Order: sequence, then C-alpha cells, then structure tokens
Amino acid sequence: MADNVYDAIVIGSGISGGWAAKELCEKGLKTIMLERGRNIEHVKDYVNANKEAWDYPHRGTRTQQMIKDYPVLKRDYPLNETNLDYWCSDKDSPYTEIKRFDWFRGYHVGGRSLMWGRQSYRWSDHDYEANAKDGHAIDWPVRYKEIAPWYDYAERFAGISGNRDGLEVLPDGQFMPPMEMTCVEKDFASRMKDHFKGMRPVIIGRTANITEPLPGRTNCQYRNKCWLGCPFGAYFSTQSSTLPAAMKTGNLTVRPWAIVTKILYDKDKKRATGVEILDGETNKTYTYHAKIIFLNASTLNSAWILMNSATDVWPDGLGSSSGELGHNIMDHHLGVGASGIMEGYDDKYYFGRRANGIYIPRFRNIFGDKRDYLRGFGYQGRGSREGYHRSAEEIAIGVDLKNALTEPGPWTLGIGGFGETLPYHENKVTLDKTRKDKWGLNILAMDIEYKDNEKRMRKDMKDDAVEMLTAAGCKNVRGHEGDGTLGRGIHEMGSARMGKDSKTSVLNKYNQIWDAPNVFVTDGSFMVSSSCVNPSLSYMAFTARAADHAVSELKKQNI
Amino acid sequence: MNRREALSSVALLLGGTIIGAEMFLSGCTNPDKIGTAGLQFSPDDISFLDEVGETIIPATSTPGAKETKIGEFMKTIVNDCYEKEDQQIFLDGMKKLETASKTKNGKSFLESTPEERHNLLVDLDKEQKEYTATKKEKDPNHYFRMMKELTLWGYFTSKDGATKALRYIAVPGRFEGCIPYKKGDKAWAT
Repeated sequence: MADNVYDAIVIGSGISGGWAAKELCEKGLKTIMLERGRNIEHVKDYVNANKEAWDYPHRGTRTQQMIKDYPVLKRDYPLNETNLDYWCSDKDSPYTEIKRFDWFRGYHVGGRSLMWGRQSYRWSDHDYEANAKDGHAIDWPVRYKEIAPWYDYAERFAGISGNRDGLEVLPDGQFMPPMEMTCVEKDFASRMKDHFKGMRPVIIGRTANITEPLPGRTNCQYRNKCWLGCPFGAYFSTQSSTLPAAMKTGNLTVRPWAIVTKILYDKDKKRATGVEILDGETNKTYTYHAKIIFLNASTLNSAWILMNSATDVWPDGLGSSSGELGHNIMDHHLGVGASGIMEGYDDKYYFGRRANGIYIPRFRNIFGDKRDYLRGFGYQGRGSREGYHRSAEEIAIGVDLKNALTEPGPWTLGIGGFGETLPYHENKVTLDKTRKDKWGLNILAMDIEYKDNEKRMRKDMKDDAVEMLTAAGCKNVRGHEGDGTLGRGIHEMGSARMGKDSKTSVLNKYNQIWDAPNVFVTDGSFMVSSSCVNPSLSYMAFTARAADHAVSELKKQNI
Repeated sequence: MNRREALSSVALLLGGTIIGAEMFLSGCTNPDKIGTAGLQFSPDDISFLDEVGETIIPATSTPGAKETKIGEFMKTIVNDCYEKEDQQIFLDGMKKLETASKTKNGKSFLESTPEERHNLLVDLDKEQKEYTATKKEKDPNHYFRMMKELTLWGYFTSKDGATKALRYIAVPGRFEGCIPYKKGDKAWAT
C-alpha cells in the first residue's frame, strides 16, 4: 500500500481545501487532495461558459423535470439551466430535515468555489470579540491582529478588488483597483453620507474578481457569467488559483470520486493515521495514509466525517469529547431588504456587466448604537437601469411596447440584508442512521433554526433598508421580507468550533482537533460566531495560517 | 410575492452564490403542481402563437417575434416549465382568444388584418391587466398575460431580440459605471 502514503491528505477541494493543498505543496509536502465528486478541469470543462441566453432551450430557467429532480435546490435561485451540473444531486445525497434547512452543495473538484458570490471582506475585532462581549457561546481564541497578516497573504494571492475605505468595522486589505460605482450608486453613497453623518457608508463591493492580471489569469472582462466557470480565470476559484499553484510544485495528486467515510485514528498515539474512502464510481474501499490531514469537506460534511470517525473511542466521533461537534451551526439569514426607483439620471448609463455590487457595512449595535437585539447586519445591493424585464404596464402591445422596451427604463436601487446568526448550542446536525444515501452511507439530520434575536434583527433589516432608500430620495420604495430559511445564505459555519479550552471546543486556535492534533479543520466548521460578513476570505486566511503551523509543528516533530 | 418582486429580490442576492435574474414568468415555481411534458401543439397552433407574438412584438426596423420562432418558444416553455394548471389555462386560452376574435372581428385571428389583431390584443391586454390587478395569489393566471410574458421574455432573450432590438456585447472587457445616455440608444440585453 506504499502508493497510498503521502505527507498530507486534504479532504475536499473547495475554497479552503484548495488553499490547504497549495500551502502544503508549496512547503514541500507530498499531498493528495481527495474530492468526493467528479473532476472539472479549468476552462475545458466549463461547458456553458460561452453560451448565450438563446443557446439554452429554456433560456436558462428551470423546467418541471428539474423541479422534480432537485427537491432542495428548487427552493431558491440556484436551480437553473445554465450551471445545473455544478450542483449536487439532492436525490443521490439526501438529508433529513428535523427543521427545514436549505442545503445547496457542489460535489466536484473546486466545490462551491466555482459558484460562489465572491464577496470578500475581512472580519474585524467587532466580530472576533463579539462572543466575549455579550457572553454568547465561547470566546474566539484569536483576535484580528493575529489574523491580519494572513488576510494580507490571502488577498494578495487570491486577488481581491476593492477600495480602501478606512472603516474600522470592515478593515482595508491588499486590494486591486476597485470596480466603479454607477452614477446612481455614487449619489446614493453621497446622500447617505450627508444624511447619516458618515455613520452608514456605502462602498463598492470587495470581490474576488481581479481587476489586474495575475500569472495565468486575465483580469475581469465584465461578462457577469462567473458561476458558469470563467474561461479568463478572472475570479478566484480552486481551478483558477490554488490548484495550478499546487500542481506547479509537482507535489499534488488530485483524486476525484473519493468519498471519505472516516478518518483513521490510532488511539495509542492519539493521532490520525489516514482516511478510508469509498470510490464514488466503483463503490470500492481504499485507504490513504499521511502524517497530517486537512479536513475541508465543507462545514456540515466535515462534521459528518468526524462523527463517523474513531467511534470505538468516542461513540459520537472524533472531536466529540467536548460535546460540541455538530452543534452551534450558523448561517447568515437573508431575504430582507428594499428597493425603489431613483428618478432623474435619464441621461446616464453604464458599459459592461459588473460582477459586483455595493455594500453597506454593519452600523447597528456598534459605535454607541443600541438595539433590542444583539449583533448586526450588512447590506449588499446595486443601482442599475431596468431593462426589458420591466413590463411597461402602461403600454399594451405592439410597436409602442417594443420601442419602449428596447430603451432602458428607470434606475432602480435595491439593497438586501445579510444578518448575523447567534451560535446556539441546540442548532445542530446529527447522524440519521435510519436513512442512507446512494452509496449506502448514513446521512445528516438538520435541526437548525433562527430564533428571537434574528427575528428582531430582521425587522430592523427591513425598516432600515426602507429608511435609507427613502432618505436617499428613492421613490416607490418597497420593503420585502422572505422567510429567510437558514442554509440559503450558503454560509454554513460552526460545526467544529475553535476555542481556548478542549472542554468547550473541538479545535484549538490553530484549527487542530484537540483529540487529534494532526487533523486540521479549516473550512467553515471552525467558526465561533458568524459575523454578518461573508466568511470565505476568513477561511482562506485561517487555512494558510493553519498550514504554516502544521508544517512548523511537523518539523518540530510535535505532530 | 409577484414575479417582479421575485426578480428584484433574487437580483439582490449578490453575496449568496451568484448574481442572477430568475425566471420571468409566474410558472415554474410551485413544486406540488408539476406539469405534464409533451402537450400536443399542432403546427397550426405554432403558427397561431407566432402571429399572436408578432402582434405583441411586431417587426419594425428590427425583427419581430415571429422571426425569433416565438411560437416554438412558447410551446417549449409551456410544455417543460409550466405547472399543470397553467398549461391548461394556456391551452384553453388559445381557444378563448379565437372566440374573442370571432366575437369582436367576426373572423378567426389568422383571418384578421394586422390592425384587427392589434385591436383585439389591446382589448385582451386591458382585460388581463384588470383581472391581474384584483387577482388573489391563488386565483388562476390569465392566459393573455402568459402569452404576453412569454413573448417578451422569448423575444428579448432570442439572438435577434438581444442583439438587434437590444444591444449585447459578449465580452465587454471593461466596466464604466457612469456614461452619457441619449434618448433612442438601445438598452443592454442583460
């Protein structure tokens, strides 16, 4: 079995798995990256990347057959005709919903790094100190200062475009030039500044779309078709960024169709020794061995793997000794916001399709503001001119309607909130041993919901959105509020939180499992609170930091 | 939530995973009312729908809906994307439109002049607007609203609609957020 021995195993190939593979390979470790699904090769396998709307039989929209085949994905926008192959089959990989939870997954090389929203923000000490300050869950074992250099490092490599806005709540980083705001967005920012005395800044989104070339990558061409896979490599994905860097070292092996079923654990040495996998195509079992393991299977699947590992020592699995494994699940609650019409500007337009929007950082419960709930929310939005989608109801049919709809309509401004969810111990995933997936493996059961704090926050999210658009001079301002089921943020976090004490956390401050220090969990599992800020950039930073620590500890023979 | 609101709320989902406009019609949403694929549309039905579409979006200096094969498009979407109830409304709607034509113009829709067709559909559009304005969420949709939506959606996402009636550049290469616009300039297709 010597062929199956490596220095390091990385489980998962999404944003954090790709980073782990790159870092470990660049530090000289022979590494195998295990991916449960198929391979997707950069550019070559982006089969729809150059298709236009008219090339799709249903112009991109969902069919009744797709609705039948994807009982979960149908719940929100991801079910569509243009990148259907990037979403995992709900039928092959079911899960149990004790409470409704919308789980949108990508089971292929690159994972959700291919379809992600690319918004990339640093967390600040308002986030890292949040639990300590209001006494929820446990304190983060780190502070911003410790992570800041790793944010620098992650941003420089991934390529983040953004403006240096000088905001304490949203620290600046190593940015490529920002994308431009539209006329209406610029004036919105200016009016917000005047009206709220600078307390509610509106900034251009910081996005992992490059605005200057990087080696092997072309800067953004403003097609706004990112989620099909970018033939220019213009946004950060495993395929465009970390995978080529890892491959370049000659140290990486990529193994698709490798469903990791357990981490192998030596209870005498208190170390993991490798993993067992099920080949997703042949159903055969294989083992791989290594000195260190990075677990990056995505928050809920990483918990699933741990729950199925070392059960002879801990019935609830590797990392369960604190009783926190699979608990404290968080996501951002969203679906609340407002939109309105901005009159005037009829003589203004834009060129290109910007794969980015505007952002309003959190302003609630900080800087002296105090609400009847804890934490806060940010908004993402955009100001653009309506196209033919406006139905021009005042015109019936015919030449007049055609002429009207071939010209741009009024400017609309819309913003939608992303709210922080508190870490509740009782929000958990467990194994449902009564049901199996396509491969005969037990599945996860979700018992997750948002509670009163989030409900109160959602009221503000809507009211504040309406207030701000109104204050900025929008007309016909309408608030909207969806049900905001958790999971829809696609920001699952917290299943194996880090902490200062092995009795109350699964991981230490370097993402090592307390009970198996050669296993590093660096996907969203480790998060101790959820902030309201998009988390992926933090996964990149923590992964690079953990890999650095891992290799250092390996050299010292501590692991 | 109506389709416009659904559209705008989806368009707000920047940070989730994508920015994307969702579908442009009221079908394709309710999971419990899966439609039946393979409804029978005869070649005559397709020609009929082509002419309905052409009356809604006629040829001018740019192609009309018929040239973009709007009848075939309507058939595809009704067959594959519509819920069962909406499929039936659409099928019955073709007959209703025909009846309305005979009542108003004394002849079938296809036998009518372009002007007669236009005036009939103006009436039907008024009817669907009045109906939709007071319609409760669970009330059935109006067939002419379906035909109009399918025509607009199908036309403006067709190659001719997007590149001739509207403006489309596959690879813009740059983004300029604030440039002059003068009346008459075409809108971007997306």
